[in-house]
Amino acid sequence: MSEPAVLAGPERARPDAPASPGRPPGRPPRRGRVPLRTRLRRDWQLLAMVAPGFGILLVFSYLPIAGNVIAFQDYNPYLGDNPWQAFAHSDWIGFGQFQLLFSDPAFWDAFRNTLAITAFQLVFFFPLPIVLAIALHNLLSSRLRGLIQTIVYLPHFFSWVLVVTFFVAMLGGAGLLAQTMRDAGMQPWNVMTNPDTFIVLVTVEAVWKDVGWGTIVFLAALSTIDQNLYEAAAADGAGRWRRLWHITLPGLRPVIVLLLILRLGDALSVGFEQFLLQRDAVGRQAAEVLDTFVYHFSIATGNYGYGAAAGLFKAVIGLVLILAANRVAHMLGERGIYSKS
Amino acid sequence: MTTLIRRVAGDRSRRPVWQEPPTPVGQGLKAVVLTVLVAGVLFPLWVILVTSLSSRETIARAGGLVVVPRGIDTSAYETIFAGGAVTRALWISTLVTVIGTAIALTVTVLAAYGLSRPGSLGHRWLLAYFLIPFLVYPPLVPRYLVVTGLGLKDTIWALVLPPAISVFNLVVVRGFFQGIPSELLDSARIDGASDFRTLARIVLPLSRAVIAVVGLFYAVSYWNVWFDALLFIDRNDMYPIQRVLQSYLLAGQAPHTSGGSSGVTMPPTEAVKMAVVVLTVAPIVAVYPFIQRHFVKGVLIGAVKG
Repeated sequence: MSEPAVLAGPERARPDAPASPGRPPGRPPRRGRVPLRTRLRRDWQLLAMVAPGFGILLVFSYLPIAGNVIAFQDYNPYLGDNPWQAFAHSDWIGFGQFQLLFSDPAFWDAFRNTLAITAFQLVFFFPLPIVLAIALHNLLSSRLRGLIQTIVYLPHFFSWVLVVTFFVAMLGGAGLLAQTMRDAGMQPWNVMTNPDTFIVLVTVEAVWKDVGWGTIVFLAALSTIDQNLYEAAAADGAGRWRRLWHITLPGLRPVIVLLLILRLGDALSVGFEQFLLQRDAVGRQAAEVLDTFVYHFSIATGNYGYGAAAGLFKAVIGLVLILAANRVAHMLGERGIYSKS
Repeated sequence: MTTLIRRVAGDRSRRPVWQEPPTPVGQGLKAVVLTVLVAGVLFPLWVILVTSLSSRETIARAGGLVVVPRGIDTSAYETIFAGGAVTRALWISTLVTVIGTAIALTVTVLAAYGLSRPGSLGHRWLLAYFLIPFLVYPPLVPRYLVVTGLGLKDTIWALVLPPAISVFNLVVVRGFFQGIPSELLDSARIDGASDFRTLARIVLPLSRAVIAVVGLFYAVSYWNVWFDALLFIDRNDMYPIQRVLQSYLLAGQAPHTSGGSSGVTMPPTEAVKMAVVVLTVAPIVAVYPFIQRHFVKGVLIGAVKG
């Protein structure tokens, strides 16, 4: 598998931008003087193509985002025949739900769990794809590398139901490990229901599912590093570790920073289905994260306004985090997530 | 032996002259790590496959899961395909996957082309409109209320329509379209081709790889749908396969069988359980190798650029 030259610089960001002299490159031509009707006649087909996606996002993304306002309501699903009527008839109560939320110990448990898992995975999960990508990149045989890649990418495509099923089958109370330990006359341990080691378990599961997939972007970045740099460094007497430190890692720096920022911006999301599936087995105390909190305290119990408030709180903090992280990236001189392309 | 290694290892490219030969320790460490990784993925699949094909005696002797196969017993699969909850769930999931992927691909390709022309009418606003949902996810509770309010509950449309456009996939396809030389599109326009015609006749034939990859992404996400089914599907005769798998294997409920033919001898439950897992994995494992080679080529160009 040959990785193409990705991570092209900003100058390649818009290859079809007309390269006409006298205008700053990368800027769309000013259309101010063309009348709207002419533009409409010229572009109506493009607009028609965009319409279905526009509609789906309007109904299933923007409408729910606007629907966040029920966080300020005492939403009662039994007022009226459908959610629209219930929404119209429910009372507005201002920040009442948030006051309840912030005095709810279960909410702070979920908050703490979420941050703990994010921090743990930053240390024990985040570096692994980088290490694996470097190891794979250094394999001389391209066919062997392709074979390994094919295999380690695969679990990314399994659902969390499947992944948890695999782990239960291997490590659960009736699983292969317990079976083997029982045969050997040992007391089997069941990691699937142990709240104390839950944070390790979910990290191992996440690694199993996504460590291979995580290498793709690093492999792509590795393939863009100029081989002559290595040769020159070797000629100057740099050993393999110095080359790794002075060439490979700096070459990966933009990607590492980008992914780190994305992860930090998403610090309040640690995965949802994974936790929802295992929450009952290990208990709320260890396995409740913000996303599962929202579910359990809204739809599962019928307390919609409360769950919406928790969801809105999480979304606002998440948005602030991601904007702040992007700002930091620009300050560090990296491209960040959205660099006004 | 060496020829075998050479055969497996294939086109062993030459080590550059300036690179020092590998140390045995480093080499060994790398081999161990990569072997563990590959085995860690393949071993559970193997155990589950073997157990699903084992007879009652083999399973009883092994004490649950079977690592070493002893004969092949397909009775678990025969039970499943005789009808009942699992067959129906497989059918529903297939339906959701096929319809969903078709709709999602159409919507995404059209939107990606429509957004691929900087300077067109409303381009910047529309692009922002399509990218914002990447940063702001639709919140759970209002999303639930919207979908139920539209009367989609207990229909496959509740599973098909909301994820029918993924911003990530849109960015990937758009990036690929923008990489197509503009001379091709210009010449089509000069010849009088409409945008729809250009898309169908020139852009799409050049974009098979990226469409295959994005199609796989959509198909997998539709096949894997679980939580949306938990939210929106209450009737258990409408459950997709992941929902059945979860209630059967993780929550420990026997799947509701429709026929009620409990008189026949039951095959080993462990084998049936594992057969359900195999049937859930099988479509993914079957399709994946054909599309995997396009990942880096098709996906990353667009993704990184966007």
